[in-house]
Amino acid sequence: MDTYALLLAATLNAGTVLAIAGLGLLINERSGIVNLGAEGMMLVAAIAGFATAVQTGSDWLAFGAGALAGALMAGAFGVLVIWLNTNQYATGLALSLFGNGFSAFVGIKYTQEHLAARTHFSIPLLGDIPFIGPALFRQHPMVYLTIAFMAGLSWFLYRSRAGLVLRAVGESPESAHALGYPVRRIRLAAVMVGGALCGIAGAYISVVYTPLWVEGMVAGKGWIALALTTFATWRPSRILLGAYLFGGVTMLQFHLQGEGVAISSQLLTMLPYLATIAVLVLISRNPVWIRANMPASLGKPFFPGS
Amino acid sequence: MTTSTRRSVLRTTAWSSLAIAAALAGCTKKDDTPAAAPAASEPVAASVAAAPASGASAPLKIAFAYLGPVGDGGWTFAHDNGRKALEKELGSQVQTSFVESVPESADAERVFRDMVAQGNTLIFGTSFGYMEPMLKVAADNKGVHFEHATGYKTADNMRVYDNRTYEGAYMAGVIAGGMTKSNTIGVVGSIPIPEVIRNIDSYTLGAQSVNPKVKVKVVWVNEWFNPPKETEGAQSLIDGGADVLLQNTDSSAVLQTAEKNGKYAFGWDSDMTAYGPKAHLASSVNIWGPYYIKAAKDAINGTWTTGHTWWGVKEGAIDLVSISDKVPADLKAKVDKVKAGLKDGSFSIWKGPIADNKGKEVLKKDVVADDGFLGGIKFFVKGVEGQVPGGK
Repeated sequence: MDTYALLLAATLNAGTVLAIAGLGLLINERSGIVNLGAEGMMLVAAIAGFATAVQTGSDWLAFGAGALAGALMAGAFGVLVIWLNTNQYATGLALSLFGNGFSAFVGIKYTQEHLAARTHFSIPLLGDIPFIGPALFRQHPMVYLTIAFMAGLSWFLYRSRAGLVLRAVGESPESAHALGYPVRRIRLAAVMVGGALCGIAGAYISVVYTPLWVEGMVAGKGWIALALTTFATWRPSRILLGAYLFGGVTMLQFHLQGEGVAISSQLLTMLPYLATIAVLVLISRNPVWIRANMPASLGKPFFPGS
Repeated sequence: MTTSTRRSVLRTTAWSSLAIAAALAGCTKKDDTPAAAPAASEPVAASVAAAPASGASAPLKIAFAYLGPVGDGGWTFAHDNGRKALEKELGSQVQTSFVESVPESADAERVFRDMVAQGNTLIFGTSFGYMEPMLKVAADNKGVHFEHATGYKTADNMRVYDNRTYEGAYMAGVIAGGMTKSNTIGVVGSIPIPEVIRNIDSYTLGAQSVNPKVKVKVVWVNEWFNPPKETEGAQSLIDGGADVLLQNTDSSAVLQTAEKNGKYAFGWDSDMTAYGPKAHLASSVNIWGPYYIKAAKDAINGTWTTGHTWWGVKEGAIDLVSISDKVPADLKAKVDKVKAGLKDGSFSIWKGPIADNKGKEVLKKDVVADDGFLGGIKFFVKGVEGQVPGGK
């Protein structure tokens, strides 16, 4: 029984990385911009966060540095695609490749560093409940903040005026422009917030999840987060659900191996990616699902006054 | 938008792309420095022919190709320590250089050809995956000596060297068997090849030598170096009840995961005490220096011949170091006894009766396995749970 509690706990932890980045990407996609640079932003944020944690010893400053690094990279991307109207997909890919190389380059002298002992978290009382305690209430605070943020984001998008404006910009930038909203600045803000969240996810990887720095350590999590936004049909609650599902599959493959289940480990390694493809196929078959939620101007350039 | 702002945006973009270009240029230069030696302007063939004959006059140029960064704190770090020991021992007789993070792909061939072109006449490739590229380059450069770590193919001018890492795994197992409270220990495996399976089996045999009830759980990450996956694998072993972990991967992630969970683990390839001072029980280390010194001397003296070298505790190539104070004295004494036995040849790890985990006897009573048997191990011994991926 305890084994399953711990499996659940590891799943929440693994899913949190994907959830933070996925929610960030959701915000910028809701404004109509696709940023394929998630992997690169997360890598640069991971080294920025790790270096900050080494220098200052503070995890929270490290998250701040990661957010800043992600926001800056996203800002550069935003200026290119929003004002200079470069192709969003090509620019995003370039950002990803650049982040990969740049983080390796600046990270060389941090490959041998290690952080001080990690603190254990446990919520008083709740953490002591049998089964539920170890499964749910002994996580890093970021795990709970992510859930709270998801709820906040849902409220923002569907209940607040600013959220309505953001969605309007993503649905029809021309109409929003005609109504007098600064479409480009709103998009830049959304892209930078998305970058900052990807940055926090990157810093979470290098500071909490695997507390060290190595080249390319994000290892594809940025791409899974991107797939998640489609998987979730651009809904915050489904992003969280999908993230835990993917985290669960990741942990389950090791759990099954440890239990000696006779399934080839190579096959299990493929599972998260197979699941992505399966879900993409399923939702793409239903045009109503896609049309009901997909921001109509996603990926298209916007020329004000044209 | 006014023209002036557009222009300023363009200017910013131009400057930032310039900065990126500069950074990239810096990057390339950095990559080249380790291998960059005084330009070898003379034809390659001439330098090759001259080197073995000229003896002490010109230094022997030696190049190393490393799999990971020198700062990995594990496999590559240990090789680089070997290179430093070689430089210290032979001083001005040798001149060494290295290239880090050489991928196990067609790129490796390019790196080896580059090393030959720069006048190196002794070249070490420190990973299994360099075997085929090295074989190709060796065929085209008969005057250059090639040394390949952990492989099995040789040529007239290419030989193989390896360490008996399983001896370190066995000694770690002795400690693990004595330290486990749950009677369950775990291994994070990299790629299911005989070398790694042999280490898992030896770890198990070591643990069983002090604790017959011990069980071993294994997870595979299918990579040599992927810290997040190593972490996830280690976490799932711990969640499954394992309380002492060993890894056959190249980073310190498993040890750090054990530290975070208040469990025990070992250092592998290099001394990893600093990465998890509370969790660390001991480190099984590779000491490549003695072999590198021997190989360089062979080349200098003209006594270099092809073949296989497999060194262990006996030759000082494997050791279990930095044993923690948490390990009780009687367990330490058992490790010392094993070490002494391996050193003088009176003790063999792979001595029958040994059965696989399906109950089939693989080594009969009192039979000692030869290197051929050890090189082809594809089964788990009794006590390991699950089966070897792809095995029957």
